Amino acid sequence: MEKFDVHTGRAVPLRASNVDTDQIIPAVYLKRVSRTGFEDGLFAEWRQSDPDFVLNRPEFEGATVLVAGPDFGTGSSREHAVWALKDYGFKVVLSSRFADIFRGNSLKGGLLTVLLPQEVIDRLWEAVEADPGTEVTVDLVAREVRGPGVREPFELDDYTRWRLMEGLDDIALTLRHTDEISEFETSRRRWLPVTL
Amino acid sequence: MARTMAEKVWEEHVVRRADGEPDLLYIDLHLVHEVTSPQAFEGLRLAGRSVRRPDLTIATEDHNVPTQNLLAPIADPVSRKQVETLRKNCSDFGVRLHPMGDIDQGVVHVVGPQLGLTQPGMTIVCGDSHTSTHGAFGALAFGIGTSQVEHVLATQTLPLAPFRTMSVTVEGTLRPGVSAKDIILAVIAKIGTGGGQGYVIEYRGEAIRSLSMEARMTVCNMSIEAGARAGMIAPDETTFEYIRGRDHAPQGEDFDAAVEHWKSLRTDEDARFDAEVVLNADELSPFVTWGTNPGQGVPLDAPVPDPASFEDPSARAAAEKALKYMDLVPGTPMREVSVDTVFLGSCTNGRIEDLRTAAEIIRGRRVADGVRMLVVPGSMRVKEQANEEGLGVVFEAAGAEWREAGCSMCLGMNPDQLKPGERSASTSNRNFEGRQGRGGRTHLVSPQVAAATAVRGTLSSPADLEAL
Ligand code: SF4
Repeated sequence: MEKFDVHTGRAVPLRASNVDTDQIIPAVYLKRVSRTGFEDGLFAEWRQSDPDFVLNRPEFEGATVLVAGPDFGTGSSREHAVWALKDYGFKVVLSSRFADIFRGNSLKGGLLTVLLPQEVIDRLWEAVEADPGTEVTVDLVAREVRGPGVREPFELDDYTRWRLMEGLDDIALTLRHTDEISEFETSRRRWLPVTL
Repeated sequence: MARTMAEKVWEEHVVRRADGEPDLLYIDLHLVHEVTSPQAFEGLRLAGRSVRRPDLTIATEDHNVPTQNLLAPIADPVSRKQVETLRKNCSDFGVRLHPMGDIDQGVVHVVGPQLGLTQPGMTIVCGDSHTSTHGAFGALAFGIGTSQVEHVLATQTLPLAPFRTMSVTVEGTLRPGVSAKDIILAVIAKIGTGGGQGYVIEYRGEAIRSLSMEARMTVCNMSIEAGARAGMIAPDETTFEYIRGRDHAPQGEDFDAAVEHWKSLRTDEDARFDAEVVLNADELSPFVTWGTNPGQGVPLDAPVPDPASFEDPSARAAAEKALKYMDLVPGTPMREVSVDTVFLGSCTNGRIEDLRTAAEIIRGRRVADGVRMLVVPGSMRVKEQANEEGLGVVFEAAGAEWREAGCSMCLGMNPDQLKPGERSASTSNRNFEGRQGRGGRTHLVSPQVAAATAVRGTLSSPADLEAL
């Protein structure tokens, strides 16, 4: 996983609440067995059917920070939503509320999701809409988002922050504790079901 | 200290706890399907890792499978590749698989309970958000992403941040014609699609206790639609009787010992929840959605709401957008909304009781002209049982299509899809834009409402039907 410390990039305002993962990437794109190349599925329906959809507007091309409405990523657990956002070029998503599974997936997969008060999201939307060239900085080291007229701290637990900054994958970390897992297994209740 | 059921189950599974780190939790059962697993198995291969506990893992084919002509190869090459990939992965890594045509094939959340693999007090995960279904047994069961699927395959554990706890108490008695689906739709409409965010919900109260096991699964299934990580119901005699005698249930003395333990999992009298919600079952009536998220629902007796009636500007904007997509005019009685398709199935309402309920209403009646009704059992075992009870014949005699098991039109990854502009009454769990097919419009309903709607062609409850 790529290390994350400070990212500065242009932002896209996505003014919609309850953007579910079926919208982020429709189910037809989930049939693939690869882990990359999901950028074509990102918001596919809106990109295909609505010429005014933000991602279709040339002024937002190449932006890397998605400024989303509340309850972003609700619905299905598909991690493809995170892959699609990353493959498309997004490094960070800002919102006042994320769905749990989506947030977990994003932080595991190296897409930084940052919780900010809705009032700060509103200000960022206005700034970016007024000038699409506006840059936003997301500083994981200082746990702070900076933009025009915005300097806002955000919360992220130390452990997740450390993992993202080191670019560490969870499995390798857990495998360091294999002994403890084996030890635990000796004390499981005898009637617990097995499938084989 | 007094603890909730969720906290007890959590504590029993902590493998490792260290300051400043998430707890490492042991996973008792890992359910796998074709859509969210290929990249996880590929990850194992690339890192030269194996599946730690194939004996705690089980796979089934559900999302992509056709529900007709099972013996023909899957027509869509991409779907076929995904199913074939699962077969290869299960064979390479030694995981038990129930493929198409197998009697235990079906929607992953129907298969686990029917085999008796789902039991109280277990931790159960699956790369699928509706894993919350299994919480109906008092298991801590939740959906995970593909990276976590890989993590569980490799280590049989997951590092997890703690949840908060919420109680949703439903007191009173349901009126006739009102079902578990109406309870959960009403809960979601009350607390919103984000209302349960960060919580494990425990459903309690008289109305919940009197539900059958299958109805409890319907309630827990849609916890995720309220944003919750999981839903749980305390195990009781209903639970124990349901498990007893199933393939993987504890046998003999083990069963008694298990029951003793399961009883101890119930939330302590004086335990505190971080949040509490109360509903009265007596006030509930058949519920239907009008919008494009499961929180946008009203009683069937109500009209399509006017966006102007929403105080919160973002809810108002969402309602306007939803009504445009759904092509509905505020003020129209929900009962006057006509549908093209009725879908009875999914892990929410595709179990035998759901089919019985619907068949009882359909028996001796006809599906309305111009309406297509798809009945898709949650698993092949459900289908077999339904056929034994003569339910398949009832559906077919009424003009409905009686299909093979799978997710089907719940998400339209197989050929069962709505065409653009088509409208469905669906017993599934998500009415998102395009969920059942590009441009399709979905109204979430109970099996009772689905069956009555099929007969009348407009959203209806059994009470609206002419007596036979
Ligand atoms: S039936 Fe629907 S909700 Fe259930 S697992 Fe299948 S696609 Fe998901």
